[in-house]
Amino acid sequence: MTMPEPERLARLKANLERRALICELIRAFFKKRAFLEVETPVLARAIAPEEFITPFMSGEWFLAASPELHMKRLLAAGYERIYQFSRCFRRGERGRLHNPEFTMLEWYRAGADYNDIIEDIEQMTAQIAAGLGLKDEIAYRGNAIDIRLPWPRVTVRDAFLKAAGWDPAAEPDPSRFDTDFVLKVLPSFSPRRPTVLMDYPASAASLARLKPGSPPVAERAEVFIGGLELANAYSELTDPSEQEKRFREAIEKIQKERGKKMPLPRKFLDAMPRLPDCGGVALGVDRLVMLFCNASTIDDVMAFPEEET
Amino acid sequence: MEIEDVRKNTKLIIDGVLYSVDDAEFTKPGKGRSIYRLRLKNMRDGGVIDRTFRSGERIQEATLSTQDEQYLYREGDSYIFMDTSTFEQHPVPEKLLGIKKNFLKEGMEVVMLMHGDEPIDVTLPITIDLKVVDTEVSTKTATITPQTKGSIVETGYRVDTPSFIKVGDVIKIDTRTGSYVERVSTGK
Repeated sequence: MTMPEPERLARLKANLERRALICELIRAFFKKRAFLEVETPVLARAIAPEEFITPFMSGEWFLAASPELHMKRLLAAGYERIYQFSRCFRRGERGRLHNPEFTMLEWYRAGADYNDIIEDIEQMTAQIAAGLGLKDEIAYRGNAIDIRLPWPRVTVRDAFLKAAGWDPAAEPDPSRFDTDFVLKVLPSFSPRRPTVLMDYPASAASLARLKPGSPPVAERAEVFIGGLELANAYSELTDPSEQEKRFREAIEKIQKERGKKMPLPRKFLDAMPRLPDCGGVALGVDRLVMLFCNASTIDDVMAFPEEET
Repeated sequence: MEIEDVRKNTKLIIDGVLYSVDDAEFTKPGKGRSIYRLRLKNMRDGGVIDRTFRSGERIQEATLSTQDEQYLYREGDSYIFMDTSTFEQHPVPEKLLGIKKNFLKEGMEVVMLMHGDEPIDVTLPITIDLKVVDTEVSTKTATITPQTKGSIVETGYRVDTPSFIKVGDVIKIDTRTGSYVERVSTGK
């Protein structure tokens, strides 16, 4: 079924040109807002241990699964507005929306929280759309998506109560959470409007800080457009002892499930006491390009997906 | 095997039933567990079901083998094949063969996919040459648009052919789609 390479790459050209243009527009967006473009290691001695992310190894070294910890070390040293396009690697993630090697855009702002960061995402998307000559709509997979700001916000609690009939904040059930999310909640989002899903249960907080109140929820938000999970934003956790506790729990789970002992990211934890209050986000560049190219698979926006390397 | 390694056409045993994976879709919430949605075809009755698995789940892969067999004859709803090394005979139910039943000639050699002692699937050559035993009379003579008509081949299968095909011609048929490919030789 595979197409000869020259033909395959020729067909991708329009999308790859658009991809380059989108990256230019993103850089222009950050330049105007006085963000510094940074670079952090792809090869690292320690990465954030995450239960459901399996890293690639190169000898005893890890390939970055995200640039988050190094970027926060820059923040802790006084870099107040930084962004980065980085190559990230995650083993076993391959599908219509996944390639094991992909491009992530991350940015962080001192003094901001997740609400500010969601506004950044909205503004940036609107600016890219304008730069591509689009008005208020993106045509994606048969739908005209109205991207006028602000985008509708919904809490995880309300989205789950409506689509799955239970409240994951009040009765945490991590195993049912992901399945119901994929099979019930995500399909319930409007195909004609972006959705900002906010306030994840504390058990899915990851590196986000908790919001005061009960039941405990994390200041974590995800942006969905046209069924694509585009970006994951946090009010960043700045408490080193809470962070170390979460890392140790993750390390223990990984050891149990995969029999692999992950190291504690010590240098990051040492820098954390100096980390200012800040917000940050990781956005999948390949998926953003898919959206603007009306592409149904990630293979249509990268020259050499896994099987073609 | 791990659910991560399941691909299209992997054969699995679930609750004692043999399935073939028709489609495998990977989805994963960014920070969450991977979800695998499989479309499974029951290899015995052809029924299709959807099942969802999460990363880390183990699943039983079916151990399959292949052997060379010869098609002997049809008996009611069964097609009888014979293992060419042991001479053991295997009846294969009609519904398992699907479209392939139309291309079996007595004495023909095939590769049989086996699950233990049970035949699961027959692999045919991609094309097969069959003799035309009956054909409709073309109603029109030469026109600008090519005309097709129904022809019956020696196995009893009816196929659309060009209007120039006559009884006694040998034609090539694609066994995957069941469609006419070309005329191999003319009769008489």
